[in-house]
Amino acid sequence: MKNIDSRCPLPLRRIVDEYFAESRNKMLELGAFFDRLDRAGDAADPDEEFRVVALKRAAGVLLEPGPQRVKRMALLLSDPTEEPREYLDRKAAWGAYADTGEGI
Amino acid sequence: MDYIEPHAHMISRTTDDYQQMALTGCVALSEPAFWAGWDRQSADSFEDYFRQLTEFEPTRAAQFGIQHYTWLCLNPKEGENRDMARQVLARIPKFLQRPNVLGIGEIGLNRNTLREMETLRDHIALALEHGSMILIHTPHLEDKYKGTKLIIRTLQSFQNLDPRRVMIDHAEEHTIEMIRDNGFRCGLTLYPNTKVSLARAADIIEMHSAEGIYVNSACDWGFSVPVAIPQFILEMRRRKHSEATIRKVVYENPIAFFSQASNFYLSRACESVPGNVKELAYVD
Ligand SMILES: [Zn+2]
Repeated sequence: MKNIDSRCPLPLRRIVDEYFAESRNKMLELGAFFDRLDRAGDAADPDEEFRVVALKRAAGVLLEPGPQRVKRMALLLSDPTEEPREYLDRKAAWGAYADTGEGI
Repeated sequence: MDYIEPHAHMISRTTDDYQQMALTGCVALSEPAFWAGWDRQSADSFEDYFRQLTEFEPTRAAQFGIQHYTWLCLNPKEGENRDMARQVLARIPKFLQRPNVLGIGEIGLNRNTLREMETLRDHIALALEHGSMILIHTPHLEDKYKGTKLIIRTLQSFQNLDPRRVMIDHAEEHTIEMIRDNGFRCGLTLYPNTKVSLARAADIIEMHSAEGIYVNSACDWGFSVPVAIPQFILEMRRRKHSEATIRKVVYENPIAFFSQASNFYLSRACESVPGNVKELAYVD
């Protein structure tokens, strides 16, 4: 992982002033999303959903030391394979990689 | 601040959007050919679309003093249909000399399939045959990292391809290094929920420098913001970046890239931009 050390022009206190409220909100929204999954009407296990598993794994990176947390999170949410798909399975991406290649 | 919107699907936007863009400083834009949201049934549909991009849309933009440029192709979402791709590719050359056409785009991959890669190769070959520049779409979400790698590998398999004439768009934190390390130009797309936010775009520019990077709204028929670039300008000012740095990203870098096309000419620019002066609008 390249050491990216180029600075943001703002001093630390100012970065906190500017971005703390929106970051706090995003974190609480994520907590609410995980709680909502636990309350799903069919009482299904959220950890059976590959997208939720991938998101929880990526969330773990938040508390790891830097640099490049975003890159590491994005890689955890990416298809790690190298070869092209033989056939088109569907048009749209789902935001996380399913090991089965078929999705849910 | 004047700015250039390098990636906007204006056929999907209203006249009000053109007005907002003009009011916020947009002086020129480029519109890559893209997916209509459903698969077109015949190459004739594409021919009509190319006429819209080269005849009608420039006149809409001109009403607001915005210069309209475009890129032609069959979009990666339809790239799986090899038969259609061959038919559409055969119809592109007659449009390439139209005054607002910058090159072939946005081509690339969607789900990283073998057939999509063949269609990508055909488009690259067509661009090289006609000396055209290339605009690359990188795939969405989980497909982006692998797709960007496959696209770069495919581009590099063409020996006479100059990476400075290729813009690889929709880059994110995990793909930007491979794009720039291989000498390609790089686009960041400012989207509300996917691709990069205003703050992350500013982060990327701080970390990787403003060299060879531009930002765009990629506004289309989905969730997108046609005035994302002026919002990005505010984000950069919020962080105390110099006006010179901001101008480089939103104005000078797009000019430097587009100026490699001989027909690109910015009528309102103070700089002398090499190229031929041509009338843009086809008004009968
Ligand atoms: Zn696009």
